[in-house]
Amino acid sequence: MFDLAILQSRFGDQITESTFRDNHRIVVPAHSLYPILECLKTEQGFDALMELTAVDYLEYEGATDRYGVVYVLLNTVNSERLIVKTMINPPQLELPSVYPLWKSADWLEREVYDMFGIVFPGHPDLRRILMPEEFTAFPLRKDYPLKGIGERHNFPVITRAES
Amino acid sequence: MAVGLPENVFLTQLDAAANWARSNSLWPMPFATACCGIELMATAASRHDIARFGAEVMRFSPRQCDLLIVAGRVVMKMLPVLQRIWLQMPEPKWCISMGACACTGGVFDTYAVVQGCDRFIPVDLYVPGCPPRPEQLLAALIEMQNKIKQTGTLMGSEFGRRTTPTGPSPFDLDELRRAREMQPLVDLEIYTPPTLAEAVQAGAKRV
Repeated sequence: MFDLAILQSRFGDQITESTFRDNHRIVVPAHSLYPILECLKTEQGFDALMELTAVDYLEYEGATDRYGVVYVLLNTVNSERLIVKTMINPPQLELPSVYPLWKSADWLEREVYDMFGIVFPGHPDLRRILMPEEFTAFPLRKDYPLKGIGERHNFPVITRAES
Repeated sequence: MAVGLPENVFLTQLDAAANWARSNSLWPMPFATACCGIELMATAASRHDIARFGAEVMRFSPRQCDLLIVAGRVVMKMLPVLQRIWLQMPEPKWCISMGACACTGGVFDTYAVVQGCDRFIPVDLYVPGCPPRPEQLLAALIEMQNKIKQTGTLMGSEFGRRTTPTGPSPFDLDELRRAREMQPLVDLEIYTPPTLAEAVQAGAKRV
């Protein structure tokens, strides 16, 4: 069962809470993210990580931070869901990997790394998961053009005579 | 019948005999990556029955095929695979680009999707549609047979003459202009786009 008072007493009152319809959300500072998630898992029963993704707030109205990383947790006993969000900024695009807590974080963290370039120290195998390995950009960043910067054209042309 | 020939002998050209055999036993290699693949399956199923035209032998090994049907969008991660499959197919071989995505990229004008497979492999026939109906694919198959019958030769010398790429140039100048106008972040390591001179050398046309 989620208890905000316990979290605030232990990790400081920088943790803010909000709700939208049946979404229950907290925003936590990045430096205490891992201990908070560990506490949520071991003491408050959130035993499944349903989703891990990121948001780029570049040019977003009213935004003060560049990236938000979102963890959606589920308590499989009482079906309670909790959305944990933390904000990070360049050049320190690093967050501790939550792979030791939930094994489902494996591919999700790889995807966030692939699309946003956010690094998760402690991940067992942080490689690109969707884009080719030789790809160097991070395509879901807002400063990356939708049509790419030439990657989709960078292949040899085979004519009929030489095939 | 010519005088002096036995009853079960007739005269023809060697090219015509080869074309007749080849065009009536096209073995397709289905490269189905999207909804066009479903229509391709429907074409092979009993209602439309591609077997009526001798092309029912879908082989999933390129070594046994002579007609590549690119059905669906080709993403940049898949393109080297497509090129490898094309190169693995034995001669004589042909290629049908099926549907809007395979021909032009369709609505998927993004960094990941190749804007038409004809930019990188030779294509003989384009099928429009999103996705094309099975009838349309059958019409394309018949058109393919006609093309083989009209242009084919026994030793495939018509292929060797096609030394220039038939599709649009991979680098279009619009993209280069956009890439030059972009202000990349300092810490962002990105692929360096070719300069205008390099692109023109690679075959891009000036607008």
